[in-house]
Amino acid sequence: MSGADPEMESGPGLERVERPHGEPDCSEVVSRLYNFLDGDLTEERREKILRHLDECHPCLKAFGFEKELRQLIASRCKDHVPESLRQRIAASIEQERSLGAEHTQGASQEELD
Amino acid sequence: MADQAEFTTLAMEHMPALYSAALRMTRNPADAEDLVQETFLKAYRAFGSFQSGTNLRAWLYKILTNSFINSYRASQRRPEQADVEDIEDLYLYRRLTRLSASQAGKSAEEEVLEHITDSEVKEAIESLPEVFRLAVLLADVEGFSYKEIAEILEVPIGTVMSRIHRGRKALQKALLDYAISGGWVQSTGITADGVPAKDGDEVSAAGAEAAAVEGAR
Repeated sequence: MSGADPEMESGPGLERVERPHGEPDCSEVVSRLYNFLDGDLTEERREKILRHLDECHPCLKAFGFEKELRQLIASRCKDHVPESLRQRIAASIEQERSLGAEHTQGASQEELD
Repeated sequence: MADQAEFTTLAMEHMPALYSAALRMTRNPADAEDLVQETFLKAYRAFGSFQSGTNLRAWLYKILTNSFINSYRASQRRPEQADVEDIEDLYLYRRLTRLSASQAGKSAEEEVLEHITDSEVKEAIESLPEVFRLAVLLADVEGFSYKEIAEILEVPIGTVMSRIHRGRKALQKALLDYAISGGWVQSTGITADGVPAKDGDEVSAAGAEAAAVEGAR
């Protein structure tokens, strides 16, 4: 690939070589990593990145890591709702309901702001 | 128009996720409980204005977020002009690939993904400045799209993307600190190019490391 310092080839996104046919290089692919994982790319750009990942093992590994990390972050942020909170909320809604339709119909979008 | 009688059936299933988000926002269980209760009460009162068939979850998060910003934010005014350093792409991955796992036969990346605990992930998110914390929370924990987050936070979509991208990198920096201080990865056999020091606890310390990596290229 690159004839530059071998250190530059040790990680994804560091390649500076121009690719043929307007194909993105590693640094361009890495810069679109989040848009790719977030599903925020046009079909054309998405396919270019997929083609690159097919051929480029370092970038594929890096994308895989980011994807796993994302899944891990989502799965590790769960908390148990205290039973006392469930009861408090149920009771406050029940109280609100028992105040009758007269009050609740007066509520408006302003409540949200 | 939604029928208020349906509220309990439809909204209660979102309570665990809303409570978790409230904990990350307030960083305090008592405030989180009050915030969730306030959210459900406001949502119940306003349920008549909720359009059936639209995104109830996003609607609830909008109420939660607005309530947090109005009532529970440390500063009642605008968030402090907090910023994070411009951290490069693949911050965590690049550093882990140059470190070794504490266990033989494993890569540092595998070690971190396996060993990071719930409380460390939560603390890392809670360590982010507010604007980045809310964006990362809504995107990566709650799985909302850029567009949904723009509507929830009432900011332009470009601002949302910028906050998410920068917040993620700051989060990676916090996670690396846990990985090193937790001893899962070690900086053995590493050259002096951009390996983070243990004292890099502040998000703002990232700049020096990024500069070190730049210099190594």
